[in-house]
Amino acid sequence: MRDVAIVGTGCTSFGEMWESSFRGLFLDAGIQALEDADIEGKDIDEFYVGNMSAGRFIGQEHVASLIADYSGLANINIPSTRVEAACASGGLALRQGFISVASGISDVVVVGGVEKMTDVSSERSVEILAAASDREWEAFYGATFPGLYAMIANRHMYEYGTTREQMAKVSVKNHLNATMNDKAQFQREIEVDDVLNSTMIADPLTLFDSSPITDGASALVLAPAEMAHEFTDKPVYITGSGQASDTLSLHDRDDICTLESTVKAANSAYNMAGIEPSDIDVAEVHDCFTIAEIVAIEDLGFCKKGKGGKLTEEGFTELNGEIPVNPSGGLKACGHPVGATGIKQAVEIVKHIRGEAGDRQVDADIGLCHNVGGSGGTAIVHTLSKEVDL
Amino acid sequence: MTVPRFWRKIPNRYNLEGTKCSSCGMAYMPPRNICPNCRRESDIVDYKFRGEGILKSYTIVRKSTDDYGDKTPYVIGIIELEEGPRLTSQIVNCNPENVEIGMKVVSCYRKLQEEGEDGLISYGVKFSPK
Repeated sequence: MRDVAIVGTGCTSFGEMWESSFRGLFLDAGIQALEDADIEGKDIDEFYVGNMSAGRFIGQEHVASLIADYSGLANINIPSTRVEAACASGGLALRQGFISVASGISDVVVVGGVEKMTDVSSERSVEILAAASDREWEAFYGATFPGLYAMIANRHMYEYGTTREQMAKVSVKNHLNATMNDKAQFQREIEVDDVLNSTMIADPLTLFDSSPITDGASALVLAPAEMAHEFTDKPVYITGSGQASDTLSLHDRDDICTLESTVKAANSAYNMAGIEPSDIDVAEVHDCFTIAEIVAIEDLGFCKKGKGGKLTEEGFTELNGEIPVNPSGGLKACGHPVGATGIKQAVEIVKHIRGEAGDRQVDADIGLCHNVGGSGGTAIVHTLSKEVDL
Repeated sequence: MTVPRFWRKIPNRYNLEGTKCSSCGMAYMPPRNICPNCRRESDIVDYKFRGEGILKSYTIVRKSTDDYGDKTPYVIGIIELEEGPRLTSQIVNCNPENVEIGMKVVSCYRKLQEEGEDGLISYGVKFSPK
C-alpha cells in the first residue's frame, strides 16, 4: 500500500447560497483545490463525490457524471464515482479516494463533497434527512433526526448526569470558533442562555443545539506521498483511515450513548497510523447536535465515557484546551451541507497542520476528522499528519 | 409511505408481530429474516409480542416533517419489550411532561398517519403508560 498525501484543498462559503447551483458549488470548491495543487483538469485520474440526496433535494441523480462534465472533463472521460453514506458521504468519498491512490490504481484523485439543501422548505429538508434513519421502523413512527439525537441526549443525561448547560457549551464554543472562519454560516458569538432559550426542537435539544441546513461544497486533491512535493511545499499525509458500520436504527443498540461505529473506525485509523488518541493535536468531529460532539470525544478516546459533558464545560475542547475540537465552527456553526461536511473537516485540519488557519490556528502536527452517517450506522475516521515515514 | 409498502407489513404493524430465531432464542421486532447471532444457521419463525416493556429513552418532538408536522408536540421513545427487542414508537395517553426513562409501558392500537382529509389512514402500535 502506498502512502497518500493531500496536496490541494478547496471549500466554498457555507450557508444559504441562493445564487449558487449544485454544479456551481462543486465547481467553485474543485477549482480552488486544483489551483492549490497547481494542477490542471487533464492531470486528474479519478473523481469521487460525496453526496447524500441530490435526487430528493434538487431532483438530480447521476451527479458524478454531471460534476465531471461541468468541470469540463467529459471530453477526457475521467472516471467519476458518487458515494453515499448519508451525512458521512464526504468522509466516505475521502476514504475511497485514499484507497484508490494507496492501491496504485490512480495517482491524482479529486475527492469532493456537495449538497444543495436550501432549494426545498425546512420541513421537506427534515423529511429528506430522516431518510438516513430506518424509514419503516423509525421515521414512519415520527422519529426525526433531532428526535433520535435527543433520545441519545436524554439517556446520556440519565446515565452520566450530563446537563443541558454542558451541551450548550459545545454550541457556544463552536460559534466562537466560527467567528474566526470567513467561510462559516454563522459568524457570531452566542451565550449559553441563547442556546437554552432558543426554540425547542426535540427535548432537550433546541434550535441552537442543532446544526443548520446548509449549501456548500468542498474538495481535496490526493496524490501518492512520494509525488507530493511535485504539487505543494506543504503536503499533509493521510496516516490512518477507518470505516465502520452499526445497526441502522438507534433502538437496536445495546448502549445508545456510544456510537460503536465511531469506536471501531477510530481504532482502525489509530492502528493504521500507529498513534494513540492522546497524540491528536486537533480534531474536527461530527457535531450534528451538541450531544453528538460530547459522545464523539468519548468514543474517539479523548476522554472516558460519561466525562465528555463535564470536560467540555471545563474548556477541554476549546481552541486553547487540551484537544481543540471543531476549530472551523463544526457542523453547528460552520454549517452542515451533508455531503460536503466530511471533506470540509479534512480541509480544516490541513489548514491547521500547514499553519494557515489564521486567527483560529492551533499548533498541530497530527489531526483527526470524524464523520458520522445517520445516528451512527456509518462512521469514518481519518488521521492526518505533517510527517510520514516514506 | 406508499400503500404496498405499508400493506406488506400490516401483520407486523397492527399486531406487533416480529420474528424469533429458534436456533438461539433471540426475538426480533422489527422483524428480521436473518438472526445476527446465527446468520445462515438462523431458524426464523413468526413471533407475536405481548406488548409490554420499559422505556429506555424518549423525547418530545416539537418540530417534525410534513407527515407529522400537524401532530406536534408528540412523544417518541425507544421501548424495550419484555421479550428482549427494542423498537421506536410513540408514547400516548399521558402528559408528555410526565414521561420518564424506566417507566413501564403497554402497547395500544392507534392511528399513525393520514394522507390529508380524503387520503389513506395508516394504523399501528403506540405505547401508553402501564
